[in-house]
Amino acid sequence: MISYILRRIAYAFPILVGVNIITFVLFFVVNTPDDMARMQLGMKRVNDAAITKWKEERGYDKPILWNSSAESAEKITDTIFFQNSVKLFVFDFGRSDSGRDIGHDISQRMWPSLAITVPSLILGLLAYISFGLTLAFFRGSYVDVSGVILCVIMMSISGLFYIIGGQYLIGKFLHLVPISGYDTGVNAIKFTILPILIGLIGGIGASTRWYRTIFLEEMGKDYVRTAKAKGLSETRVLYHHVLMNGLIPILTGVVVILPSLFIGSLIVESFFAIPGLGSYTIDAISRQDFAIVRSMVFLGSVLYIIGLILTDISYTLVDPRVRLN
Amino acid sequence: MTKHIKIIKRSISEYSAISLAFLCLLLLCTGCDNSPWNNPYPNQDSAKNIYYDSFSERPKHLDPVSSYSSNEYVFLGQIYEPPLQYHFLKRPYELIPLTATGLPKPQYFDKEGKLLEEDANPENIDRVKYKVSIKPDILYQPHPAFAKNASGKYLYHDLNAKKLSNIHSLSDFDTVGTRKLLAIDYVYQIKRMAHPRVHSPISGLMAKYILGLDEFAAKLSAVEKDKPGSSFIDLNDYDLPGARVIDDTTFEITLSQKYPQFLYWLSMSFFAPMPWEAEYFYSQEGMTEKNITLDWYPVGTGPFMLSENNPNLRMVLERNPNFRGEAFPSEGESGDQESGLLADAGKKMPFIDKAIYSLEKESIPAWNKFLQGYYDTSGIVSDSFDQAVQFNLQGDAELTDEMQEKGIRLLTAVTTSTSYMGFNMADEVIGGDSERARLLRRAISITVDYEEYISIFANGRGKPAQGPIPPGIFGNVQGETGINPYVYQWQGDKPVRHSIEQAKELLAQAGYPDGRDKINGKQLVLNLDSPAAGPGSKASFDWMRKQFAKLGINLVIRATDYNRFQEKMRKGTAQIFQWGWNADYPDPENFFFLLYGPNAKIGHNGENAANYKNAEFDELFNQMKSMSNSTERQVVIDKMVEIVRRDAPWLWGFHPVGFSLHHQWYKNAKPNLMANNKLKYKRIEPRLRTENRTLWNQPVWWPIALLIILTIILLLPAIISYRRKETESIL
Repeated sequence: MISYILRRIAYAFPILVGVNIITFVLFFVVNTPDDMARMQLGMKRVNDAAITKWKEERGYDKPILWNSSAESAEKITDTIFFQNSVKLFVFDFGRSDSGRDIGHDISQRMWPSLAITVPSLILGLLAYISFGLTLAFFRGSYVDVSGVILCVIMMSISGLFYIIGGQYLIGKFLHLVPISGYDTGVNAIKFTILPILIGLIGGIGASTRWYRTIFLEEMGKDYVRTAKAKGLSETRVLYHHVLMNGLIPILTGVVVILPSLFIGSLIVESFFAIPGLGSYTIDAISRQDFAIVRSMVFLGSVLYIIGLILTDISYTLVDPRVRLN
Repeated sequence: MTKHIKIIKRSISEYSAISLAFLCLLLLCTGCDNSPWNNPYPNQDSAKNIYYDSFSERPKHLDPVSSYSSNEYVFLGQIYEPPLQYHFLKRPYELIPLTATGLPKPQYFDKEGKLLEEDANPENIDRVKYKVSIKPDILYQPHPAFAKNASGKYLYHDLNAKKLSNIHSLSDFDTVGTRKLLAIDYVYQIKRMAHPRVHSPISGLMAKYILGLDEFAAKLSAVEKDKPGSSFIDLNDYDLPGARVIDDTTFEITLSQKYPQFLYWLSMSFFAPMPWEAEYFYSQEGMTEKNITLDWYPVGTGPFMLSENNPNLRMVLERNPNFRGEAFPSEGESGDQESGLLADAGKKMPFIDKAIYSLEKESIPAWNKFLQGYYDTSGIVSDSFDQAVQFNLQGDAELTDEMQEKGIRLLTAVTTSTSYMGFNMADEVIGGDSERARLLRRAISITVDYEEYISIFANGRGKPAQGPIPPGIFGNVQGETGINPYVYQWQGDKPVRHSIEQAKELLAQAGYPDGRDKINGKQLVLNLDSPAAGPGSKASFDWMRKQFAKLGINLVIRATDYNRFQEKMRKGTAQIFQWGWNADYPDPENFFFLLYGPNAKIGHNGENAANYKNAEFDELFNQMKSMSNSTERQVVIDKMVEIVRRDAPWLWGFHPVGFSLHHQWYKNAKPNLMANNKLKYKRIEPRLRTENRTLWNQPVWWPIALLIILTIILLLPAIISYRRKETESIL
């Protein structure tokens, strides 16, 4: 298994280089270093000398991908792309275009993101599995039919509606929690309730239907019939056999997203003014801060690759029939 | 049957017990405290003298020599103190001393160094000197940069990465100190404008005026090349002829030409004092890596200091314990006494202890929190406008009943800014100095109905412009004599736009009868270049097309991204564009320079976006800018306004009207569009705020209880059915 993991890690390098190139090209197609300088220096009374100086300080005065005036290897290495990309592979994110240390910012801002995403994931799993099991349990009854219809309706509604509607109903109308904001330590709890709840409700439709399908598939298998034939009750069959076997695809689906929890949610963090990595990325895009955009895309890619590797490993743990070769 | 009834009873009793327990828990929680649950602040802060506000865009720079943005001035204006400030109440805007002992008077000298009269010909003036005396005994806020040990040695001036291992923010330094404000600090800051690592946006402009600033910048650039990384450059070691210290409380600024507007700059944070200790402290090894920089942690003498700088969450200003105190103004303009604005006259400021600004990226949550009493003031976004404001039969804005019931107050003010549509004067169709182009532009000026635009797209929050100068700035003329005769005529008591027939006639004279070229018969096609795109802008684009269509002109919208739009503007390839300007200071020069030839975008990269050039106008501009406000200056201004109205390089557009709301517990509210240091005048009544917050935000539980009951009712038959099935025997 170790050789398999090492091989997967080795495969990750060309993927990360590719992601970096795509991010780089897309960013510089839309923004030139001059545009970035103007954005950072402000729009009023900016002169060419200030722009040139700003670019020099950050290395944006170099050619973007190919330095034809340089010698030998420097044709590649003395470029914006190389200078900005190579350090990422040792997780040296460098400084943002506004001068702040990106690694420090990431270490600060991942906690608010985790404060939302981790409880959302855990509570969401509990709720969706419970609802999925309930619908599967009452399969074919009015509970199942109306539940599925409700799920489809909920799936069809935009996430923004849940956010704005939730803020209006629970924060403004019922006055139960703050509409938006965040705080540190224990005080953060009251601010996380609403985004977690909204995230949970927003995911009910799709997740419940998916889990219901998994459980129904399991319930149609031979071992379930055998268990019933042995005289086990419906609940015992469901909770001791169907649930355990149904958890295998659920677990592997969850493992893949675990590392991405650090990245947070772009829209939720923006609407609830949560200072996480999602809003960090959105801010960087709007401020044309390439250093942060590049770092966040790289970090996202790394985490996603880690997620995929963990998924493969989790298969071997939950299903003894699977071997990594 | 009996068995079924038992099952039903058992189910009901079990679920009722669970529901009851849940409701009891909720009631228990509600009974814990009477304070609102949705309070985003700690409950123990409710009675405190804290001002609450929000901000939507994080500040980019908090270094006073780099910052040039209103969202940064909200913080900087309270921390740093330039020599001058604007009077809070008087109108027209009036400069008064802040740390200075009085308004500095310019002294004019000729080439031989002979003192000239105040009204000397500007061409004979070779040097202008401003001697600024500052008040003694002004202290800086507590800051580790000033901390010294018993032997007088700075505690934190020999830091390195190792010593900083346990330091993560400025508050982690155990000891703080202070020192007196000195004249050298102001000189130091002026020198920083030329610092190669600082990027002051006004360095180019100031180099034109402050004697020797350009050479000083070149000298510092050479020095910087020998200094590694971000190591400290002590600017006190280098002389700048245009700024020198006379004694501890006096310094002198020398300009190379007459520039009366310079005094206005002395009220901006670019000219705030900077102690060398601060710059040294922040330049030490390891500080930048910890994000502890001067651009992040300001050091000032003002009434407040930044105690928390977390622009991703909140910015907190706290009362500076070393602040000397300042008296609330005892005179204002007429009506201020009656409206209670002089109630605090003579009282020592600041009134509040702390100001908390929370990040609100989205307008809806910010608006709702204002209505709940969690923000003391608010602007009005378009989405909420109808909820907050209605227009009465006279066309005056007033608050809706909902707002009035909450005791919310409305303030309006015509801003000292202008939002216009420019014609690129370098364009061969719409631009140029020919009579054809001039008539074409005038025809369009009549046709685009800005009154309608303001009504539809700005909720009535605008005043149609008659020229480049907004109301409230010297040179703006109100009433019949102040209208633009090329677009308006005076009817009754208000200006009325010329008829569309008159516009068509002008268009025909320009050679485009019914919008068609009279030579080739083709329809005239014009292009509006805009950085706005997407569905949000479609309505205004459609409206604009409709306006041009009245003349038979086909307006093509060339929407592009912001960067490409800026590039088009710089290169002069845009044809018609929408632009705006917000006054730096209340002087007509700050608007006329937008039309001054040598400030054109093309070739000069200036702020004259229309690339307008008129020799007569430029000459008058040079004459006007060095005049003080007087009847003679007004005559020159009138001539300049007439020239640009005739040439019509802009559709003059409108001057936005700012609407702001505040709660009844917020006192001393008066719009002041020039001052940046307004926080010290604000007063809060926390008791009234707490009462209203509690009243407005009591938790509402019945919908939750209803939801639980409904869920039980819906699930009960299924549960009963399941239990019946489970207990049924085959036989």
